[in-house]
Amino acid sequence: MRRPSSLSALRAILAKDLRVELRTLQSVPAMALFAVTTFVLFRYGLDREALSGSLAAGVLLATVLFAAILAINRLFVAEREEGGFDAIRLAPVDGTALLGAKAAALVIYLLVLEVIAVPIFGLFFLDSWSGIPPLAGVLVLADLGLAATGVLISSIAANSRARDLLVPLILLPLLVPVMIAAAGASQDLLAAGGPSYGGVAKWLAVLAFYDMTFAAVGFAVYDYLLED
Amino acid sequence: MKLPSLRVNAIAATLVLLAGFALVFFYAPLDADQGFIQKIFYLHVPLAICSLVGFVVGGLLAVAHLRTGDSRWDARSYVAIHLSIIFGVGVLITGSIWAKASWGKWWVWDEPTLVSFLIVFLLYATYYPLRYAIEDRDRQTHYTSVFAITAGAFVPLNFVAVRMAQSLVHPRVFATANGGLPGSMLLTFLVCLAGMGLLWLALVRFELAAKSASASLSRLRRALEGEPEIPTQGSRIAPAAPPSAPQVTT
Repeated sequence: MRRPSSLSALRAILAKDLRVELRTLQSVPAMALFAVTTFVLFRYGLDREALSGSLAAGVLLATVLFAAILAINRLFVAEREEGGFDAIRLAPVDGTALLGAKAAALVIYLLVLEVIAVPIFGLFFLDSWSGIPPLAGVLVLADLGLAATGVLISSIAANSRARDLLVPLILLPLLVPVMIAAAGASQDLLAAGGPSYGGVAKWLAVLAFYDMTFAAVGFAVYDYLLED
Repeated sequence: MKLPSLRVNAIAATLVLLAGFALVFFYAPLDADQGFIQKIFYLHVPLAICSLVGFVVGGLLAVAHLRTGDSRWDARSYVAIHLSIIFGVGVLITGSIWAKASWGKWWVWDEPTLVSFLIVFLLYATYYPLRYAIEDRDRQTHYTSVFAITAGAFVPLNFVAVRMAQSLVHPRVFATANGGLPGSMLLTFLVCLAGMGLLWLALVRFELAAKSASASLSRLRRALEGEPEIPTQGSRIAPAAPPSAPQVTT
């Protein structure tokens, strides 16, 4: 049976999520505030006023990753509490529309977060900003990976008893390859003497491969998460 | 696919493992560099291979569960992952002992195989809290299957990523195009690997048999006490709710 409404359903759910976020401002401001506070913590935890290379990459990516956990935790709360899951199940649309919409919403949240947090990071820690523009590509690929696994784990955890606990517990080990690859790419870009591009392509390929693998897994299994 | 009986499987596992260990101690030569401690290789590496293969097999069984909707596949997937986690504890312990003996440290970070195994192990350790945090039986089996598939896909990917990130220190005994391992060591290793694989399979089947026996025992006990039979598998069309407690959505 052809379901002509799949893409428009995705767009409708995404628009709904973004509207809710704009009106309630639940996720993104919290993530941004969290990120800035974490930078301050790192400044004293590491006792450095300037960062470069692998240290800079680690601080930035660990912060983004933990901030993402905040959004991922909240991603399905409204659906669960207000009956969104049931509505999707009743509506004649693919479950993957929900998956796609939530992943897109998460990517948008993360991009907004990075637009706010990366300049602040640069202001706080970086001597030269020349590595920032190419860093955008790494962050976008990392965001896609975060969204692919995040949506899957978030919707598993949303229906369990210990959901706030389960999301970081399951997600962090799953995100280790993202951290490895994104940090590997950005440590060259944030190197002290200006960015170097020698090893970046390899890591971008790993990130892209990770994104595609988990997007495919999510696409394949997501219907089973909604079917009850 | 028809497997031989559990008894045959268990006896075969015992015999092959005994033969393997006899070969380890009386046939395989001492390693020129590491001496006697290298013999832990015949325990550590088969354990690791069985554990990782078991994780991936758990994912494949979960695929079978989602495709067929038969909860027996979920039980198999659960037990496969369960045994692989137990084997994984063995891998980490034997690996640490080997690392301490040959590199002088209990844990080495620049050693990709050790680190990626730890990450995989940490991920699978969350399988239990996930499984027991979901009360609804149908949902539990579906969600843990989704987790098992995701994690099964993660295992090879993680190994690639970690290996790329680090210098190559781990003894790569097979990588040197048949030149790394002498024939007598390879034979011993293969016998140990086969024995460990049979042991894993026997333990999985034993655990499954124990689970189904205790399930039918409690079913019989309920029948004996005259309680109404609770269907073990909620029907797809009308999920069976317990008559007394109203269904609470969590």
